[in-house]
Amino acid sequence: MAYVSVKGGERAISNAHAWLDEARRGDTNVPELGVAQIREQLSLAVDRVMMEGSCYDPDLAALAIKQARGDVTEAIFLLRAYRTTLSRFGASEPINTTKMSVARRVSAAFKDIPGGQILGPTFDYTHRLIDFGLSDDKTVPAAPLGDTPVAEHIPAIASVFAHEALLEPAPTDADDGAEPYDLTRQPMAFPAGRDQRLQALARGDEGFLLSLAYASQRGWGNTHPLCGEIRMGEVAVEFTPEELGFPIEVGEITVTECQMISNFEGSAESPPQFTRGYGLTFGHNERKAMSMAIVDRALRHAEVGEAGVHAVQDEEFVLYHSDNVEASGFVQHLKLPHYVDFQAELQFVRRLKKEWEEARANSDTSEFAEAAE
Amino acid sequence: MKNDVSVEVESSAIAVRQRAHGLIAKSPHEMVRDLFDRIENLPNIKQVRPTDTGLIMVRGKVGGDGARFNLGELPLTRAALRIDGGQVGIGYVAGRNSDHAELAALADAMVQSETWGGVLEEKVLVPLADAVRDKKTENGRKAAATKVDFFTMVRTRKEK
Repeated sequence: MAYVSVKGGERAISNAHAWLDEARRGDTNVPELGVAQIREQLSLAVDRVMMEGSCYDPDLAALAIKQARGDVTEAIFLLRAYRTTLSRFGASEPINTTKMSVARRVSAAFKDIPGGQILGPTFDYTHRLIDFGLSDDKTVPAAPLGDTPVAEHIPAIASVFAHEALLEPAPTDADDGAEPYDLTRQPMAFPAGRDQRLQALARGDEGFLLSLAYASQRGWGNTHPLCGEIRMGEVAVEFTPEELGFPIEVGEITVTECQMISNFEGSAESPPQFTRGYGLTFGHNERKAMSMAIVDRALRHAEVGEAGVHAVQDEEFVLYHSDNVEASGFVQHLKLPHYVDFQAELQFVRRLKKEWEEARANSDTSEFAEAAE
Repeated sequence: MKNDVSVEVESSAIAVRQRAHGLIAKSPHEMVRDLFDRIENLPNIKQVRPTDTGLIMVRGKVGGDGARFNLGELPLTRAALRIDGGQVGIGYVAGRNSDHAELAALADAMVQSETWGGVLEEKVLVPLADAVRDKKTENGRKAAATKVDFFTMVRTRKEK
């Protein structure tokens, strides 16, 4: 039975919301958190909300985190709702990650990768011990500066293989010039192209993708990847306004890119080579970019002749369940009043029970009669 | 048909406008506003259409170099205005700041004007280019300080 709405409770609802506002503020003896403080000091939460909210706006994401009391999934919902109020001016030129101003760039596969291994601001190699010093205000010393800046253009991993043709080439745009699939305009449809899958994964829940990627590494999947490259930094966004007719830079955004590589033994059509899984996210989020790349590769099982028997390889399972706004809405709607549904179920179960008892009583009687005979 | 010379002139005029757009858009709004405020005389402006905010879909490429896909959206504010000499300026800047987009439109109009191009270059574009370059250099040097040389252990112990 479908959900039936109920009336009443307005006063209780508005009082509950007033208490929510008070609870959000917490102890008023503690200074209120500013949006700029969230944007600057909880920047990785801001990055996650921007990516899964599919809207690159650090101030709005910080405000949404404040409004949601730090509930990241709720903040993502707020940002998604906001973006539906704006009209679409068009689409950017594809960002060029080889022109990224790199803050971090590492490869687990190539020790001597051209451009070098650049750690950047990373949690890696920290001891994961609570730093009690952070509970007091203190001045942070400036990060040390190297003598010469890193190269402005750092080549992609494809260049490492360039002379050997050991890395599969990336698929190119369709010949018919079709625009990439857009989930904000078109419904989910199957079979999904790689463009549709990557858009869904980019917007997808980090925890869901992380668990799928982990499962596929542990055997519920068939990926044995190495991290070819992770890079994080700023890229310019170019857009061609209709009234200008030429592309202009409209700003810079921070993105994280991950290239996972897996070996492939070859088939009748393709020689043995390394295949790629690709991850790209707004902001600095390596866990998400790496998970996305692993899941992207797992979903390509048919292209490399792998049997698709695991959940991570099933595009309907993955894409239908990766969106946390939809998932959260469907799970959480169960707590809204379902009184009419429950009345119907109650009557049904009562009737079944009565019939079951009657049937049992009859059979008891007939068994007793048989025994007596 | 356009001859080669006119195509060249046109493409260099576009490059000049692209540079102004990029510098304004990539610089913080307060810095751009402050530089314009220091110019004593600015052209009179007339708005061509109301400034508004919308979204563009940011695209990536599969594998970084392949087919395009849609990554996520970016709020963008646009403005269009006309200055004294008749030049129309268009501004598109990431974010929701109307003043930033209107300054980008003003710069786009001024850069097309013989009267205003020089002032804009000296008072706004050169300082912005310096600031953008300094910030890039500083970040590039911070990154350089975290560059490592991983090495794999070489077995040096002699056989027993």
